[in-house]
Amino acid sequence: MTQLFYASGAVAIVASILVVVGTDPMHAIISLAVVLLAIATIFWTLGAPFAAVLQIIIYAGAILILFVFAVMVLNLGREERAREKSLISGVIWVLPFVLTAALLAEFILVLANRQTMPAVAVVGPHPVGESLFTTYLIGVELMSMLLLAGLVAAFHFGVIPARLGEPDE
Amino acid sequence: MNNVTTDAALVLAGILFVIGAIGVLVRRNLIFVLMSVEIMLNAAAIAFVAAGSKWNQPDGQVFVIFILVTAAAEVAVGLSLLLRIYSQWRSVDTDEVSLLKERSNE
Repeated sequence: MTQLFYASGAVAIVASILVVVGTDPMHAIISLAVVLLAIATIFWTLGAPFAAVLQIIIYAGAILILFVFAVMVLNLGREERAREKSLISGVIWVLPFVLTAALLAEFILVLANRQTMPAVAVVGPHPVGESLFTTYLIGVELMSMLLLAGLVAAFHFGVIPARLGEPDE
Repeated sequence: MNNVTTDAALVLAGILFVIGAIGVLVRRNLIFVLMSVEIMLNAAAIAFVAAGSKWNQPDGQVFVIFILVTAAAEVAVGLSLLLRIYSQWRSVDTDEVSLLKERSNE
């Protein structure tokens, strides 16, 4: 179990670096799928089988399809890829890297000053569902409203009026 | 059976969050920015699951479900905005979309 955790953690880190430095959107989406599946494995090793299954079904299954569809519709060509490559090369990485490395260092420093305890418990689907529909019932209702709002907003933005169909210039 | 430490899981969540944050800061392509945001959301979900299984509570997984729903809504709105921006500017570059700046100069 521990080896599986560290292996899939390494896979997730490498694949997410590939997502961030990638130039081809479709390759990046495949890498993102690898990240999501590795994270599903991590959930399972942490004793959360229900979250792992939902991660695969909803994230890797449904949300990624939206990305695939968007990239397919946009159909960005080779020149866009070359431009992307020139945009993300060289010195542009330095400052964000320093900032986020400082953030990670602080985080690990905070963790290092605590006792390590193994995460042993396996929490199955039954207590999750029970908690979801008793303690967090209002949260579920709010989430359903958020999904409805997202649906309405996506529909609103997705309908492109004829006058906006042409470039502005 | 399971002796993954909570700290290891939290450090992994931190590393993934930082990688996603670098992506959001560096990239100019909106598709990659959205994918980096997905990585950051997943890192937060790992932290929730680790904490939930440390305390033997279902709350961690409940919040993973909430994160899933939020991510779904965010991706739906984000990608429809992306398509709208592309149809208007013929580009998914965040530097191109400077309508507010241009208007204020006029």
